[in-house]
Amino acid sequence: MANIWVDDKTYEVSPDQSLLQVCLELGFDLPYFCWHPALGSVGACRQCAVKQFKDENDTKGRIVMSCMTPASDGTRISVKDSDAEAFRAGVIEGLMLSHPHDCPVCDEGGECHLQDMTVMSGHNYRRTPYPKRTFRNQYLGPLLNHEMNRCIQCYRCVRYYREYAGGTDLAPFASRNITYFGRQEDGILESEFAGNLVEICPTGVFTDKTLKQHYTRKWDLQMAPSVCVHCGLGCSTSAGERYGTLRRILNRYNGEVNGYFLCDRGRFGYEFVNSEQRVRETHSRQDGKLKTVPKEKAVEQLGDILKGNSRVIGIGSPRASLESNFALRSLVGVDRFFNGMSEKSSHLVSLMTEILRQGPARSPSLREIEYSDAVLVLGEDVNNTAPRVALSLRQSVRQQPMEKTDKLKIPRWLDHAVREAVQHDTGPLFIATPNATRLDDVSTGTYRAAPDDIARLGFAVAHALDSEAPAVPDLSDDVRRMAERIARALKSAKRPLVVSGSSLASEAVIHAAANVARALAKDSKSAGLSFAMPEANTLGLALLGGGNLNEAFKTVQEGKADTVIILENDLYRRAPAEAVDNLMQAVRHMVVLDQLMTPTASKSEFVLPAGAFAESDGTFVNNEGRAQRFFQAYVPKDDIQESWRWLLDLMKASGHAEAASWNVLDDLVSATAGAVPPLEKITEAAPSSKFRMLNEKVPRSPHRYSGRTAMLANIKVSEPKPPQDPDSALAFSMEGTPTQPPSSLMPFFWSPGWNSIQSVNKFQSEINGALRGGDPGVRLIDPPQTGSGLYFSAPQRPFEVRPDEWLLVPLYHVFGSEELSSQAPAVAQLAPKPYVALSTADAERLQVQEGAQVEVKLAGNSQKLPVVVQAGLPKGIAGIPAGLVSVEGAGLPAWASVTRS
Amino acid sequence: MLSPEERQEIEAEFGNYPDKRALTIDAMKIVQKHRGWVSDDALKDISEILGVPVSELDSVATFYNLIYRKPVGRHVILVCDSISCWVMGYDRLRDHLTSRLGIKMGETTADGRFTLLPIVCLGTCDHAPAMMVDEDLHRDLDTEKVDSILEQYK
Amino acid sequence: MEKVLTKDVPADGSALDIKRYELAGGYQGVRKALKMAPKEVIDVVKQSGLRGRGGAGFPTGMKWSFVPTGADAPHPKYLCCNADEMEPGTFKDRLLMEATPHQLIEGMICAAHAIEADVAYIFLRGEYILSAERLRKALAEAYEHNYLGKNILGSGVNLEMHLHMSGGRYMCGEETGLLNALEGKRANPRTKPPFPQISGLFGKPTIVQNVETLCNVHHIINKGPEWFKGLSKSEDGGTKLYGASGKVKRPGLWELPMGTTVREILEEHAGGMKEGLRFRGLLPGGASTDFLVEEHLDLKMDFTDVQKAGSRMGTGTMIVMDDRTCPVGFVKNLEHFFAQESCGWCTPCWSGLSWAEKMLQSIEDGQGQEADLDRLSYICRMTAPGHTFCALAPGAAEPLQSALKYFREDFERHIHEKRCPWR
Repeated sequence: MANIWVDDKTYEVSPDQSLLQVCLELGFDLPYFCWHPALGSVGACRQCAVKQFKDENDTKGRIVMSCMTPASDGTRISVKDSDAEAFRAGVIEGLMLSHPHDCPVCDEGGECHLQDMTVMSGHNYRRTPYPKRTFRNQYLGPLLNHEMNRCIQCYRCVRYYREYAGGTDLAPFASRNITYFGRQEDGILESEFAGNLVEICPTGVFTDKTLKQHYTRKWDLQMAPSVCVHCGLGCSTSAGERYGTLRRILNRYNGEVNGYFLCDRGRFGYEFVNSEQRVRETHSRQDGKLKTVPKEKAVEQLGDILKGNSRVIGIGSPRASLESNFALRSLVGVDRFFNGMSEKSSHLVSLMTEILRQGPARSPSLREIEYSDAVLVLGEDVNNTAPRVALSLRQSVRQQPMEKTDKLKIPRWLDHAVREAVQHDTGPLFIATPNATRLDDVSTGTYRAAPDDIARLGFAVAHALDSEAPAVPDLSDDVRRMAERIARALKSAKRPLVVSGSSLASEAVIHAAANVARALAKDSKSAGLSFAMPEANTLGLALLGGGNLNEAFKTVQEGKADTVIILENDLYRRAPAEAVDNLMQAVRHMVVLDQLMTPTASKSEFVLPAGAFAESDGTFVNNEGRAQRFFQAYVPKDDIQESWRWLLDLMKASGHAEAASWNVLDDLVSATAGAVPPLEKITEAAPSSKFRMLNEKVPRSPHRYSGRTAMLANIKVSEPKPPQDPDSALAFSMEGTPTQPPSSLMPFFWSPGWNSIQSVNKFQSEINGALRGGDPGVRLIDPPQTGSGLYFSAPQRPFEVRPDEWLLVPLYHVFGSEELSSQAPAVAQLAPKPYVALSTADAERLQVQEGAQVEVKLAGNSQKLPVVVQAGLPKGIAGIPAGLVSVEGAGLPAWASVTRS
Repeated sequence: MLSPEERQEIEAEFGNYPDKRALTIDAMKIVQKHRGWVSDDALKDISEILGVPVSELDSVATFYNLIYRKPVGRHVILVCDSISCWVMGYDRLRDHLTSRLGIKMGETTADGRFTLLPIVCLGTCDHAPAMMVDEDLHRDLDTEKVDSILEQYK
Repeated sequence: MEKVLTKDVPADGSALDIKRYELAGGYQGVRKALKMAPKEVIDVVKQSGLRGRGGAGFPTGMKWSFVPTGADAPHPKYLCCNADEMEPGTFKDRLLMEATPHQLIEGMICAAHAIEADVAYIFLRGEYILSAERLRKALAEAYEHNYLGKNILGSGVNLEMHLHMSGGRYMCGEETGLLNALEGKRANPRTKPPFPQISGLFGKPTIVQNVETLCNVHHIINKGPEWFKGLSKSEDGGTKLYGASGKVKRPGLWELPMGTTVREILEEHAGGMKEGLRFRGLLPGGASTDFLVEEHLDLKMDFTDVQKAGSRMGTGTMIVMDDRTCPVGFVKNLEHFFAQESCGWCTPCWSGLSWAEKMLQSIEDGQGQEADLDRLSYICRMTAPGHTFCALAPGAAEPLQSALKYFREDFERHIHEKRCPWR
C-alpha cells in the first residue's frame, strides 16, 4: 500500500495504479478522455492534469498528468489547485475550438462524456470567431454512424479497435488538428467488436445506427438489467425502451463476465424484438388457418384439453429461461418433459456439464480467461460461436510478455510503453479448428484438421502432459511434435486454459479437452476448462434435465402422448423436417409458445405470444455456470407475456395443484431451486421482489425521464397508474431509491455529473474490478479440486478422406448462424449468403472455381450452393454455414456428396 | 502489381530491420520514386509484400510530408516557406511562381509539367530563399534565377 | 583557433572520400576505441563534458551510461544518428554529412562500441538528397575497409549500419518520434520513462544522438577529454558549429570555440546587418528558442549563459530579425510551421498552436483584437514544458512569448492601426 496526499489529506492506496485511477476510486471528480480502465494510460488528451508538489514545503508545484503518474508512496498532489483547474478548463477550450455545436442534434447528448467533462471543467464561453474544421463522414456499415466533425482526437477508438480488439481497418489519418479516424475507404467495419466504439468514443463520432432509427435520449429510456440471449456466454446488458419499443442494448458492466465490452451480435441483435415476425396476439387454428383469438378463450380451451390429461409432453428450449422450462416440466410432469435439443446435441451438452461438475478443472469466467497465460482452443471457432471469448483471449496472450516488461519496471497501466516493449510477442495460444479463425493472427500455432484429428491432437497433448492419460495410436510425427510443444507451453504456464465446445458435434473433441484439463489440474490448481455452450440457457437446461428431442418424437410415435407443448423452439432447426412433420401429424393438440412466428409455430394449433428477453423476467445459466437474472424493461403490449406466465395460466386453467400458489417470478425461482438440486443457488442471482432500499423500489428510468403523462394523453388525459411489477424489486417509473442497488438490479449507470457510461467508475469497488457488493450472477458449478475420475479413451482412427464424399462440417458466422439475431435487419444484412467451402486442393479436384455452383447431396436431399475456396481447410472437409443452410436438421458433421452442377 | 524492379528494391531492404513491417515508409518511397505518387492500388500491393494492413499504410502515408497520395506532375517544386526563407523573400518567390505557372500552391499545371508545393525548412538557410525541384536543390533564388531553373525541367 | 569538425572540409564542395579522410587522420579514433573497453569509452566521453548538439544539450556520456550492459542486457542494442535536421534556421548537420560523411560514420562506430550496439541507423531527412548519396557511398567504402560489418579490424566487434531516409516530418527529429518513424509508424512521440536506453527502437536499448555530437566522439577519444575542454571558451567543452541566417551581410556557418559571444558571431563572422538595416532581435538556436535582443549580444553562446537570459542555445544557428521585417509576420510564420508540424497527439499543441496561428494572421491582416494578445500569452502558458506530451509546443511558445515580451508595441500597433505598419 502507498500513502499519498490529495489536497492535504492523506489516503492509503494501491501503488500499482496511476494517480488518475486511484483518485477516481477515492471519489474525486477528475476529468479524462484518453484514459480508459481497460485500455490504460497514454497521456494524449492532457485533461486529467493535477498539481504535484515535491514535499510539504513546495508551494509552487508543477502540473502533471495524473494518468501518467504512478500512485507511489509519498506522492503529493492537488486536484483543486487553481492552476490545475484553469489548465483543465483550457484543455476543454482547446477541444471546443474544433467541436461543432451539435448537442441538440447529436445522438450522444445526454450520455456524452465530453458534455460531462466540459461542465465539470467550468469552461463555458467561446472566445474565438474562427470557423471550425469539418470532415466528410464515411459509410461504415449498418451498425455504426460516423460523424467526424465531433472528434476530439482522443485516439480511444483506434487504440481500442486496433490494440485491444485486434482490428485492422480503422486507423488515424493525416495529423495535427485534422487527424481523421476512419477506414482507408468507406466500407463495413470488419471487426465483430466494432459496436463497442459507441461506448468507447467519449463524444458522438461513433453512434448506434440502429438506435438512430428510433432515437431516444438516455434519460428518456426505461431500462432494466438484462442478459444477452444470442450465445451461451450471458453477457450483462442494459435494455432500453420507450413508447413500447425496445430501442437499444448497451453494455452493462459485469466485472466477472463481459467487463466493458459486448460483441456486435449481442449489441445489435435486439431488433428481432421489434420484428414484423413477432407473434403479438394469441392464435388458434380455425378452418385450417391460424386466427387471432381472445387470450382467455384460448386459455380456457387449453385448460380443458390439459385437465387430467397424462398424454401431454412438453418440449423445452435452451433459449428459454429456467423458470419457463421448469413451469413446462411442472405442467407435463418430469417424465414427460423434454429439453428440445437434438439427441446428439443433448448428449454432448450433458457430457460437457458432467465434466464441469466433476472437475477438477475450473470453469472460468470471461474475466479469468483474460488472465490465462497459455491457452489451447480445441475445435471451437470462438469468434463466431462465443465471440466475447475471443476478445478475452486477445488479452490473454499479453500475459506472459507483460511479465517480461514488468522486469523493465514499466507499470502495466502505462499502456503504450508496455506495448512498445512487448512488440509483437504473444503468449502461447494454440488453435485447432477446421477453418481459419480471426484469432489466428495472435496464435502461436494453428492446426487445421477434421474433428477426429483435432480430438486426437487433444488426446496427444493430454498424454504428453501425463503419461497416465491414454496415448494416441498412429500419430504422425508432425502432430506428435505439435502436441509436445503445446503440452510444454501449458505445463509451464501459471494459469493454463483449455477452450472447447460442441460446435463440431464431436464427443471425441470434448473428451480430449477434458483429458487435457484433467492432466493440467494434476499439477496446477489454476487449470481452466471453458466449454462454449450454443445458446443462452443450454447449461441451465442441462442442469434441469429432461429427455432429448428424439425421445420426444419416439414418445409420440409410440402412441404414449397425443398433445405437445413446445416452448420457444423451432423444431425444424433441430431435427429433420420429416420427423417434425410426423410429430405434428401424430398429435391431436399442439401448442407453441414463442416470440417469432417460426416455421414450427406457423403449423401449430395454438400459438401463444411469448415475451422476448426485454419483456420478460427469468434466469439463464451461462457456459461458465453462472446463473444470472434478467428483468423486463417494459410491459409488452397486446397478449405478450413471459412464457412461464402463460404456462402458469395453463396450469391454473387445467387445475394443477402446485400452480395454485405460483403467481410471480419469485415463486417459480424458489420452486425451481427447491426441486432441482444443481439449481439450488439460483435464488441468490438477484434479490427477490420484496427487496427495498429506504422503502423504495429501484427505478427503471432516470429521474429526468420525461413525458410520462403526455405519452398517453391521446388515450386518456388523466395520468394512469404506472404498471405494477410483482416480479421484481424494480419499478416501472423514475421514482424510487437513488442509492446504488445491488449490481444484479442496476438498470443503468448514472451519477451526478456523470451522465455517460463512464459513471460505472462510481459503482466499482476497484475500477476495472468488481462492482460494489459483487458482480451480478452466482456460480453454480465449483467442483472440488481434488476430483479424481478417469481419463476418456482416445479415438483410434485418424480422419480418412473419402474419394467421392466430403465430410460436411458446420462453419459458424457471428452474423447469421444464431436464430434470433438473424431477424434483426442490420444483422441479416451482414450475414453471408449460403455457400459451401472447399479447400484449394479440393476445389481443384472438383475442377471448380470460386462462385461456381455445386450440388450437395445429404441424406437424400440435395441443394445447389456456390463454392467458396478457403485455402486452409483440410482435404476432404467441406464447410457449410451453420444456421444459413438448411441441411434438414441432419446433424452436421455428416458425409455428403459434392458434385459439379 | 509491383514491377520487378520495385519488388526487388523493396526486398533488398528487408534485412535492414528485424521486422519487414518497419519498411512502410521505405517501400512507399520506392514506389513513389518509380511512379511519382502512391495510389490506392499501390497501397494494396505494398500491403501484400510487407504484410501490413492497407489502413495502417495509409495512416502512415498521410502523416508524412514527402509521400504523395495524389498524382503529381512530372516535376515537383518544393518551395521552402519557413522563417529564414520568409525573411529573405519567400512571399515574392511564391507569388512569382504561382503567377508564372498559373496555379495555386498545392496544384499541378494543366500540362502536367509542374506540381507546386510548400515545404518546411530545407536546411540551407544561409542561402535563402531556396527550393527543390525533384531531387535538385536550388538556392540563393531570385525571380530571374527561378525562371531559368524552371526551363531545365521539361 | 583549432578547427576540429570542419578542419578538412573540401573547399570545392566535394566530399572527403575514404582515402582522403584516412590521409587526414581518419579512422584513428576507431582503432583506438576498439582497443578500449566500452565502459572506458563512456568514461572518456563523460569526462570531456560533451553535451548533445541537437538542441537539448544533455550530457552525452551520462546518457550512454544508462544503457544496460553485461551478459543479461537485451540485444540487439541500437545506435541511431538523428540526422533529421528540420529545426527552421538550422543547417549545420548538412555540411558535416555532405563534406565529411566518414567523420560521422567514425563517430558512430565509436559510440556504438561504447554502448555495445549491434546495429546503427542514420535517420536522414528525406530532402537531404546529396547527403544521402554521399553517405551511401561512404557506408559502402567503410564496409569495404572493414570498419563496418563483422569483426571490425579483427577486434571481434560487429556493427551493421543502415541509412534510412525520412518520410518528412519535424517530429522525426524528436528522439522518440524518430524511433517510431524508424519502426515504420507515425512519428508520434513516446512517453519517458521508460527511456530509450531501456525500451527504445523495437523495445530494445537505444541511444539517439545528433550528427554534430557524434562527429566529436572519435576526436575526444583520439586527443583526450582535457584537449576537448581546452577548445572552448566556457564550461561546456569543445567547438560548436554556429550559423547565422536572415538579412546579415554574410549568412553562413562557422566552427568556433564553444562559448563564443553572440556579438562575435553576428558582427565579426556574419558581418553585421545588411546596409541600411538595424538589428532588432534574433533566435539564437533555431525557431524554437526565445528571442535575444540588443542587451544580450555579449552573452556567450553556450548551454548555460543563454539559458540564464531566458532562452536556449538550441542548435546554435541564429535567425536574425532586422527592423524592416515585421515581428508579427515573423512569429506568424513560425507558428504556422509549428501548427502544421504538430503530430496531433496532445490537445494543447494541435489545438492551441492552430489558434495562435489564426490570431497572428488576424493581427497581421489588421483584424486583431486587444484580447488576442492576452490569449496568445495564455496559449504560451497552456503549452509550457510538462503541459504537453513532448517539447514541440513548448518550443513553439518560445519565440511567441518572447516576441510578446520584446516587441509588444509592434503587435499593439497592428491592432490599433488595423494594418501591418511594415507593409
